[in-house]
Amino acid sequence: MPKPIETTNDFVVKFANVNGSGSASANELFALSILRMGVPVTSRNIFPSNIQGLPTWYEVRVSEAGWLGRRGGVDLMVAMNPQTWDKDVASIDVGGYLFYDSTRPMPASKFRPDINVIGMPLTDICNRTYSDPRQRQLFKNIIYVGALASLLDIDITVIEGLIAEQFKGKERLLDSNFKALHLGRDYANEHLAKTCKLSVRKSDRVGNRIFIEGNDAAALGAVYGGATVCAWYPITPSTSMAEAFTAHCRKLRVDSVTKKNKFAIIQAEDELAAIGAVIGAGWNGARAFTATSGPGISLMQEFIGLAYFAEIPAVIFDIQRGGPSTGMPTRTQQSDILIAAYASHGDTKHILLFPEDPREAFELAAKSFDLAERLQTVIFVMQDLDIGMNAWLCEPLTWSEEQIYDRGKIMTYEDLEKGKEFGRYLDVDGDAIPYRTLPGTHPTKGAYFTRGTSRDRYAKYSEEGSVYVDNMQRLLRKLETAKKYVPKPVVRHAKEATRFGAIYFGSTSPAMTEALVALEAKGIHIDTMRLRAFPFPDEVIEFVNAHEQIFIVEQNRDAQMRTLLVNEGAIDPARFISILHYDGTPITARFITKAIGERMSVMGVSRREAAQ
Amino acid sequence: MTYLAKPKFRHPALVPNKLGFTHRDYEGSISTLCAGCGHDSISAALIQACYELDIEPHRVAKLSGIGCSSKTPDYLLGQSHGFNSVHGRMPSVLTGANLANKDLIYLGVSGDGDSASIGLGQFVHCVRRAMNMVYICENNGVYGLTKGQFSATADQGSKSKAGGTNNDAPIDLVGLALLAGATFVARSFSGDKHQLVPLIKAAIAHKGSAVIDVISPCVAFNNHPGSTKSFDFVREHNEAVNSLDFIEAREEITVKYEPGSVEEVKQHDGSILRLHKLHGDYDPRDRVKAMNYLQERHAAGEIVTGLLYLDPEPRDLHAALNTVDVPLNSLGTRELCPGAKVLEGINDDYR
Repeated sequence: MPKPIETTNDFVVKFANVNGSGSASANELFALSILRMGVPVTSRNIFPSNIQGLPTWYEVRVSEAGWLGRRGGVDLMVAMNPQTWDKDVASIDVGGYLFYDSTRPMPASKFRPDINVIGMPLTDICNRTYSDPRQRQLFKNIIYVGALASLLDIDITVIEGLIAEQFKGKERLLDSNFKALHLGRDYANEHLAKTCKLSVRKSDRVGNRIFIEGNDAAALGAVYGGATVCAWYPITPSTSMAEAFTAHCRKLRVDSVTKKNKFAIIQAEDELAAIGAVIGAGWNGARAFTATSGPGISLMQEFIGLAYFAEIPAVIFDIQRGGPSTGMPTRTQQSDILIAAYASHGDTKHILLFPEDPREAFELAAKSFDLAERLQTVIFVMQDLDIGMNAWLCEPLTWSEEQIYDRGKIMTYEDLEKGKEFGRYLDVDGDAIPYRTLPGTHPTKGAYFTRGTSRDRYAKYSEEGSVYVDNMQRLLRKLETAKKYVPKPVVRHAKEATRFGAIYFGSTSPAMTEALVALEAKGIHIDTMRLRAFPFPDEVIEFVNAHEQIFIVEQNRDAQMRTLLVNEGAIDPARFISILHYDGTPITARFITKAIGERMSVMGVSRREAAQ
Repeated sequence: MTYLAKPKFRHPALVPNKLGFTHRDYEGSISTLCAGCGHDSISAALIQACYELDIEPHRVAKLSGIGCSSKTPDYLLGQSHGFNSVHGRMPSVLTGANLANKDLIYLGVSGDGDSASIGLGQFVHCVRRAMNMVYICENNGVYGLTKGQFSATADQGSKSKAGGTNNDAPIDLVGLALLAGATFVARSFSGDKHQLVPLIKAAIAHKGSAVIDVISPCVAFNNHPGSTKSFDFVREHNEAVNSLDFIEAREEITVKYEPGSVEEVKQHDGSILRLHKLHGDYDPRDRVKAMNYLQERHAAGEIVTGLLYLDPEPRDLHAALNTVDVPLNSLGTRELCPGAKVLEGINDDYR
């Protein structure tokens, strides 16, 4: 028997459950209790596209050091699903722990000799205590949380506090939950004492950080960014963003005097109608967005081209999932990069933003509406399921009181009255961004006809080649202007000078940060750049040019960001080395460390050389 | 004659309306449609209706999809913003535009390819959402711009110009509008201005989802014997259930009619629709009877026109969404942003 893993505030617990069994809230209670003890936690829900009966997992990483990515591996498996038992048991790290329901005897072959087995007759305890089948099911989850509290030294009063917050005003539910919690704790105290050498100890490493899902944060960003129209169609994993926007608007956007709504949300009949309504609202001067995922982006292509060509502000939140086709609807990927960057037929290019966590999702969501109106085009906020549907520990959301919405170039009644020349597609300021007027502005000036067909600078229909080219060239120049407005990349220099660089973006961020420290400990020094937007600001190309070899870490099969960089930066593809993770689970620090480490050794890079 | 620029010259005898605008001020660019196209008559009817209603042209937003019919917004109300969007998707663009600013008049212009085929879903959903709009389908039963294919409103058994027979059952936009809950449903004929203009005026005054299906013969591809959307066929089979006088809220009613021959319906804005009954006891306020009647007469080979259904107290999407009284596009940072202090409190909810 190998030595049992013994560690405090640094381990991974994975819950294997059946979906629809009520486990999600119990598991979240477990994660929150550790967070409340001041120990950083990150949790990931790995769930099926199903409502009841299929396997679901919840992974909690406890990390005093504050690592927020998935680590990889499992120290304690809470195995509650017979369907996945074999794989779950096999996934435990050597010396780790298996916590299971021992009501029915299991053959020895179902276990492993190199792990520690902790059995507790959960079904038996439930059957003895409860007669109602639903209660037996639901309270089983709370009972194991009680037992885990005992095994891991979690402060039971913290869990009680969380339950009290949850069931405020529902005293009957409160008492029954306490009872179940204590039942689990007491059994474990009595029968399972000292079986587990993983423990939680109070700390102060959480600080004032918040624990929030990306879709929730992005929805708040849309409220703060001044979105008034939301049109959407249900699709995992974006649905919770539209629902969160609805909930936040009901709290934050109802006129206090008239009780009327300063927002309009419609659930459209499909994604085409959703983006159509967003474009209609944007054309008419309201800040509007839709939230969708890959299949929705595919459906919206024609409309996206219209918004690009007719220059209408629109914001699309793409909560990416595993593609192609229906793909893996409840798993994460970064595989919509190319379809978003070049969405629609004809020559098009769009602006993409890549938030790294829920905090940045809030910031970029709010900013996207300024960018859409300033640049009069479509803005994609490229989230993914990992950020969107998991609660992340991140810095608090902030807002500057001085911030005023940038409505871009809109000609008012007064401007028109003063006799300012209006040409809808006229580049007056030399930045390729024309002025627009909103419908209903002036009785005799400023009206124009919006169309997806080609037209001249005064919005007059034209199929003249030179007129068409003139417009297409201006649209390219507008994209150059966009580079000055989009967020700059974040560059980090290694401790020692190096000819190696690494590029990453989005939800890869926490795993990458952790991997870099691990690589550095091995003497491998790499400068990094986190992309935050497309089109790539000049700094991006400068970073690439400053390094001989550049790793690009992406969560898709085809190295889409690499394609975009090669194409847009006219860079020799041989300088890029792709690190690709696309099995639908979030990328881990261990994966990146191993992949980069291996390639370094294949290239024969010694520690010394890497450092030069 | 489309190569001639439209002269700015205005005949001195043109009578201005209450806003001081003449008929000419409601016109747009010169039409590029075929000479004699039914759609141009519909544009003319729209121009006359807006002129007579003293509507400020810039307070109208004209939206359309793709096709011959969808080109027409360019040919009327030159001082209005127009939006020629994508094929079959005008209803969603109109929806968004309407959500952004409830104070404008929304005129959706579409055709039978646009509304009954590629955009069938958007048409029905827009109507069922109770959008305050005038939705005009310029219905000619044929794809004109692509030269003569049957559209989904072509009658079963009708013949194409090239000689083919349509085997598919037709889609009836009026029937769909009734099913989807439109609160103003009419059918008319581009060749009958006296019927069409009052219907458009009543539809504009109607603060709900108003749908007018206008049979509008295509002179180039669907005006031959064997077509059921030709001028001759429609004239022969047109059965109007009523004729309408539209009386604005501010007008004084002076004429008296024989009891039983005329019915007056007051709309929510105070305007009065005076219906001269032409067909027995047709009651335009009974949705179910209207649907039955239309099915019955269609089976008998008639084209039923007139005001077919009216709910004088319509619902509207903005009321359902309980939006503020001012247009959403007029709200700025001060009205929309909850501010830094509130955000601090929100952060606490996530700890």
